Amino acid sequence: CLKAIMPFGNTHNNFKLNYKVEEEFPDLSKHNNHMAKALTKEIYGKLRDKQTPSGYTLDDVIQTGVDNPGHPFIMTVGCVAGDEESYEVFKDLLDPIISDRHGGYKSTDKHKTDLNFENLKGGDDLDPNYVLSSRVRTGRSIKGYTLPPHNSRGERRAIEKLAVEALTSLDGEFKGKYYPLKSMTDAEQEQLISDHFLFDKPVSPLLTCAGMARDWPDARGIWHNDSKSFLVWVNEEDHLRVISMQKGGNMREVFRRFCVGLQKIEEIFKKHNHGFMWNEHLGYILTCPSNLGTGLRGGVHVKLPKLSTHAKFEEILTRLRLQKRGTGGVDTASVGGVFDISNADRLGSSEVEQVQLVVDGVKLMVEMEKKLEKGEAIDSMIPAQK
Amino acid sequence: MSDNIEKISESMAKLTLKWLSAEDEFPDVRKHNNHMAKVLNLEMYKKLRERVTPNGFTIDGVIQTGVDNPGHPFIMTVGCVAGDEETYEVFKELLDPVIEARHGGYKPQDKHKTDLKSENLKGGDDLDPNYVLSSRVRTGRSIRGFCLPPHCSRGERRAVEKLSVEALDSLSGDLKGKYYALKNMTEAEQQQLIDDHFLFDKPVSPLLLASGMARDWPDARGIWHNNNKTFLVWVNEEDHLRVISMQKGGNMREVFSRFCTGLTKIETLFKERGHAFMWNEHLGYILTCPSNLGTGLRAGVHVKLPNMSKHAKFEEVLKKLRLQKRGTGGVDTAAVGGVFDISNADRLGFSEVELVQMVVDGVKLLVDMEKRLEKGQSIDDLMPAQK
Repeated sequence: CLKAIMPFGNTHNNFKLNYKVEEEFPDLSKHNNHMAKALTKEIYGKLRDKQTPSGYTLDDVIQTGVDNPGHPFIMTVGCVAGDEESYEVFKDLLDPIISDRHGGYKSTDKHKTDLNFENLKGGDDLDPNYVLSSRVRTGRSIKGYTLPPHNSRGERRAIEKLAVEALTSLDGEFKGKYYPLKSMTDAEQEQLISDHFLFDKPVSPLLTCAGMARDWPDARGIWHNDSKSFLVWVNEEDHLRVISMQKGGNMREVFRRFCVGLQKIEEIFKKHNHGFMWNEHLGYILTCPSNLGTGLRGGVHVKLPKLSTHAKFEEILTRLRLQKRGTGGVDTASVGGVFDISNADRLGSSEVEQVQLVVDGVKLMVEMEKKLEKGEAIDSMIPAQK
Repeated sequence: MSDNIEKISESMAKLTLKWLSAEDEFPDVRKHNNHMAKVLNLEMYKKLRERVTPNGFTIDGVIQTGVDNPGHPFIMTVGCVAGDEETYEVFKELLDPVIEARHGGYKPQDKHKTDLKSENLKGGDDLDPNYVLSSRVRTGRSIRGFCLPPHCSRGERRAVEKLSVEALDSLSGDLKGKYYALKNMTEAEQQQLIDDHFLFDKPVSPLLLASGMARDWPDARGIWHNNNKTFLVWVNEEDHLRVISMQKGGNMREVFSRFCTGLTKIETLFKERGHAFMWNEHLGYILTCPSNLGTGLRAGVHVKLPNMSKHAKFEEVLKKLRLQKRGTGGVDTAAVGGVFDISNADRLGFSEVELVQMVVDGVKLLVDMEKRLEKGQSIDDLMPAQK
């Protein structure tokens, strides 16, 4: 047998080169995702013998998109990064996908990060009769480790260890506790489910085909503060998912806590020489290209029974740069006229800008809802394209 | 291409990732119940992680499915797979004990006997069709020179399909048939294959998914069957080839005869094209799952045993006869209406003829016992010795 070249070389990738490009090129004829639209035989031929320093290859990047042909109505991304360098080594494929997914974002564009919550205007007065809850989430990747599709058990455990050290050193409003998935008691599990905090082993084939569920539940866990308003998921789809949330419409407070908490966590990681993956072109580097930039989804659960059945609902959302989801999150349906409304953009605008869009847009939609309740028209309120 | 990318892409040897220790990487399998988890320890892992097969398969690739699927307290799964023929050699420190535990004490120095001469089977043509509803024999084959389903690339899988279709298309007589590629099947063809119970689905079992066998589905997967619908080949499902001979009723002799003839013809056709099946004198036929080594053969019947199956000694009788029961949906399904799938429990260390003989003799006895119980008579005098 061969002695493995440590750190691992990707012997199988070289073995595949015995087959011609046409023989290895995936059949994407029935596929509808960004990767399938962007990948050509030329690009495949150019990139297939490349790998990142950790051994991630083009076939790894695209596997989830090959395995999941997509949906005629929903355009999924169809590819993932295995490490920070994926975005550089495979840029010939990923740049067009990023451009397509992020509204024409060019390979020369610069992304702005702004986590100064004071820069947000208003946002503390969304009507709680309509806005039931507010939430802001993002993801962070820790420099020096590979990403969930590719990382080893040892890396994942190191990330968990670092994350727990950082989080347990937080105090004041951020004082909290970590619950590793694999040693959770039944009582703890019940409580986390009731609080809607618990995340499950991924069942979505989009995630499982990318290898993100390997070794589950090893080194996965949930941390939250005692007030249950600040929550961190460790080693789910990204190294860290950071969530700030509370009942009612005070998005300003949610965003403040979000920014303050994130910055505290980042400081602690930096002290250990593990900053977050970030660059001035792509902003925060995350597993899925759809989450690049801010990785931020700021949203509310809001009652819009009348507006949601209005003929112009979709158009209004598009103009406000917002998207709707059901109250179970992505790919769920709304229940009782309550929608999850959040920013559609991630890359090319800052955190403050994106949350501002949510705050202003939701305020407007609630006013429209009130008008429709009274049987009045909303035509004069239709916004211009933001 | 920028200087940066060039530097990165240039050589695998310049990888810069700091490699973590075996202790850091060792999987937590303390609560796991599968053969891999019972055998793997830190010293073994430390040693095996430094090796790789010529095709790049690693120990983590072998064990991933067993790490991801902790198993069941009552069902002992294997928990590991081979990515290529060499896996069984390169990682023998793990696989030999797994094989020994799974295959009744089979030792690393034991030799396996292959016998595909159906004339060597005694009887088997007279199982009572009032009880034995159908008979079936299946096995798997791997084509030497290609990686196995957990590890193969699209190009390899397509090459396996191409070779298989060429070989199968040249069969004649009662083996003459047609190939249905999964990805261009018409609705009508699909419905027919479902009605015939021939169609295989994209794997949903996490045991298979976690080992990577469903990648690129349905590319290069398909079903071939003869015009009589008694001989069927699955291409690129859990193994390169799964070969199945089947028919209604209890004539296992005929099923086995067709099985042997068909397999031997296919093997000859492959050899003519310069491709042998993976086989060695220790492990017999090499397949993806260590549980299918040896003959890879499961010969079974669907048989009505409503009384026998409720008898206190049913399990014991099966054990003595070296048989196992399954529901009529196959592995991990329940019996419906007292009808059971009864098949050989062994794969390795016995020849094909020996295994089918056990099924033929054992089922004959079980049906005799059922008839006794129907008449309210005892079956104590029929109890077999341990085979």
